[in-house]
Amino acid sequence: MTTTAGPADVLLRMSGITKRFPGVVALDDVRLEVRAGEVHVLLGENGAGKSTLMKILGGAYHADAGMIELKGREVKITSPRDALDLGIAVIYQEFNLVAQLSVMENVFMGREPRIPGRPGVIDWARMRRETAAILKELDLPIDPARQVGKLGVAQQQMVEIARSVSASADVVVMDEPTSALTDHEIIQLFRVVKQLQARGAGVIYISHRLEEVPQVGSTVTVLRDGRYVDTVPASTPIPDLIRLMVGRDLTKQYPKELVEPGAEVLRVEHLERRGVLRDASFSVRAGEILGIAGLVGAGRTELVRAIFGADHLDSGRIFVDGKQVAVHHPVDAIRAGIGLLPEDRKTQGLVLLLSIAENISMASPGDVSRRGFLDMRKVAARARGFVESLRIRTPSVHRLARSLSGGTQQKVVLAKWLASRSRVLIFDEPTRGIDVGAKVEVYQLMTTLVQQGAAIVMVSSELPEVLGMSDRVLVMRGGSIVAELAGDEINQERILAAAMGQEHVVAA
Amino acid sequence: MSSQPEPVAVAPGPEERRNWTEIAFQLGALLGLILLVAIFALSSPSFLTTGNLAGIARQTSVNALLALGMLVVILTGGIDLSVGAVLALAMVVLAMVITKAGLDQSIGMVAALAVGAALGVGNGLLLTRLHLPHPFISTLGMMNIARGAALVITGGASISALGGGIVKFIGNDEILLGSGDGAVSIPIMLFVVVLAYVAFYFFLNRTVVGRHIYATGGNPEAARLSGVPVDRILVLVYTISGLMAGLAAVVLAGRTDSGYPNAGLGFELDAISACIIGGTSFFGGVGTVSGTLIGALIMGVLRNGLNIMSVDTNWQTVVIGSVIIAAVYVDVLRRRAGQSR
Ligand SMILES: Nc1ncnc2c1ncn2[C@@H]1O[C@H](COP(=O)(O)OP(=O)(O)OP(=O)(O)O)[C@@H](O)[C@H]1O
Ligand SMILES: [Mg+2]
Repeated sequence: MTTTAGPADVLLRMSGITKRFPGVVALDDVRLEVRAGEVHVLLGENGAGKSTLMKILGGAYHADAGMIELKGREVKITSPRDALDLGIAVIYQEFNLVAQLSVMENVFMGREPRIPGRPGVIDWARMRRETAAILKELDLPIDPARQVGKLGVAQQQMVEIARSVSASADVVVMDEPTSALTDHEIIQLFRVVKQLQARGAGVIYISHRLEEVPQVGSTVTVLRDGRYVDTVPASTPIPDLIRLMVGRDLTKQYPKELVEPGAEVLRVEHLERRGVLRDASFSVRAGEILGIAGLVGAGRTELVRAIFGADHLDSGRIFVDGKQVAVHHPVDAIRAGIGLLPEDRKTQGLVLLLSIAENISMASPGDVSRRGFLDMRKVAARARGFVESLRIRTPSVHRLARSLSGGTQQKVVLAKWLASRSRVLIFDEPTRGIDVGAKVEVYQLMTTLVQQGAAIVMVSSELPEVLGMSDRVLVMRGGSIVAELAGDEINQERILAAAMGQEHVVAA
Repeated sequence: MSSQPEPVAVAPGPEERRNWTEIAFQLGALLGLILLVAIFALSSPSFLTTGNLAGIARQTSVNALLALGMLVVILTGGIDLSVGAVLALAMVVLAMVITKAGLDQSIGMVAALAVGAALGVGNGLLLTRLHLPHPFISTLGMMNIARGAALVITGGASISALGGGIVKFIGNDEILLGSGDGAVSIPIMLFVVVLAYVAFYFFLNRTVVGRHIYATGGNPEAARLSGVPVDRILVLVYTISGLMAGLAAVVLAGRTDSGYPNAGLGFELDAISACIIGGTSFFGGVGTVSGTLIGALIMGVLRNGLNIMSVDTNWQTVVIGSVIIAAVYVDVLRRRAGQSR
């Protein structure tokens, strides 16, 4: 509303932002300038400080130093309430929904519509109407009265997006909004972003999917190690963006090496789970990377969770090294040499209140203990090895897992299964939320693992990754394995056709 | 990938089914209550008499009021162990204001409510300002402080003969409805309880603050980041709980025509039990006013019926403990059923 100092169209300016956590300088004199009507992409490796900067803007954290100006006026943001009142809406990287409440209550939380003349009384009818309108705009067929906890991850993410849209904020922050979305929902999201842009809002967009940068972005600011690197147009070629992010060139995105497949390590036969899995059978050999593709909801996660003993199976048999194993519980799977990196690491992969070192040793305590007592020095030493080899960004292995950035947590889960030296490693969305540099490191690790004789099963929604890393690809649809592709058959068209059930073969 | 098995067509199907299971569960507690009433009615002719039902109402009122306060606290994921002791302190203050200071009963009543609310604010501030790690601790401390204070100011003696006035009216009077043989006398306190339940129902379901109580319990961080004043909500719920303890003190003082420092021993546990039997989740964010009423009624009917059947009081305690465990187990089953769908 008021426009005074500075270039007329600078909506938000953050300058000199510094934030220290015990032992870490998360942000050091960082600046960011967002214009009205632009989509400003924030790029940086895991732990670069992107989320921290946005938490400061949203009032969740307080900066140790620095200044925030909105429309040319300096503002003090000391609480989330302040930020909301100033017209700043943030979708945080971690879900921030109240699972027990309805979709509409979550969308309007903190600014519930009230019945005129009756202070404090919620206007449920209006809340429902307006939520329905927003959901319709987002092309989301969800009942506004539905309990949020009963929605899938992707739909929950869309509810968060609906909330930020409905706030009609001037500045909308989206911290990795697409990491849990399907292609269709991503298209809806981009449409919404364009609408926000047309309305004159400034959108700050964080993502590790670099291909999204030219699709939605106008400008890019790059952070590295908590410091400001540069601000460039979104049309900057991706290799240049990567160089800014990592400070070096990345030579090979998919470091795939051909390994001569060995003996069969894992075979599953006729796995059944009512309503979820239908007659799923496959096998994987030592030295092989088996990709599992399919649309969201095709049953991929359910398949690997069942093999790992995390979910119950109605029938079916599992063989490791040719011997049938009874897997009723993850403990059985771990004993048999199967490891799982779950899709949702925050809730399934890590104990957030334990240290990095303890998390890494969780699945293989035998190696670092004697007669039931953990040797904490060994635990730490082993963890330090992984921190180095995986380049886990932390000042100490004794840090709580909770204090790590999203992508760094992912690396800790990875280390846990590497430490357990599993014969079969199942990766569910292994690179979700991790930065380009770390992705290549994960791929390199996979390659090393198969060279050492492990078998890898990789569930992934990232087609390039499936194409780039798999020796063989299974495609799932509706709980069944509908196609198996090998060699030259592995291409985008074949996978998509199988995933969608042939009839609507459209390039996604 | 979502955890849903199939991209099921988004029809109203699952939505309706969910509502049905929820209704079934709500009915479940109600069915339990009806079943209890039926059993006692069949086994003792004196159970279903208007006199006995009024007796149940009188015996249940205090717990029903405390349970309402407890409900809002548990909804935020907290607990208030101090309500029984706060009731005692409010009750003796009320009695002393009336007898020692010689003031009107209405002033005694205001004093009782003020004591309850003040100690509730204290509980809230201990939690939000001193950042005591869990309300279990702050309210445990408050419980001892209030009980001790009640004993100190009375010297351990009870105070009786409060005379007439509003307190006696609320706690002891009855309204006669109808005439002749068909007339039923309804205790005034029953109206107080009904009014309180209606008000809480409206408050928790219709007002912004009421919904923020659920949000605070369901996911405090999400609530905070959405601009919900979480600390103020917490202070408020403990204040409400204290206020309800004050109101319960008024009812009990009227009923017994006295104030005694040992009043309300163990009442906090009865209030918590009523909430839990009524389906309130200990983790916060889940619980209803109607469920709490049913929970309080189940406790009251159970005590009364077992008395009528002259079951030993020690055995009554065993039975009530079993009912609590059974009720929570039903809840667990319900949740599991909800998940496997
Ligand atoms: N609450 C906290 N306590 C301690 N350290 C923290 C906390 N939050 C973040 N950090 C540290 O601050 C640094 C920046 O983290 P931040 O979450 O901002 O990274 P990011 O750029 O968002 O990374 P990612 O892409 O993985 O999400 C990291 O080193 C992280 O460990
Ligand atoms: Mg982040």
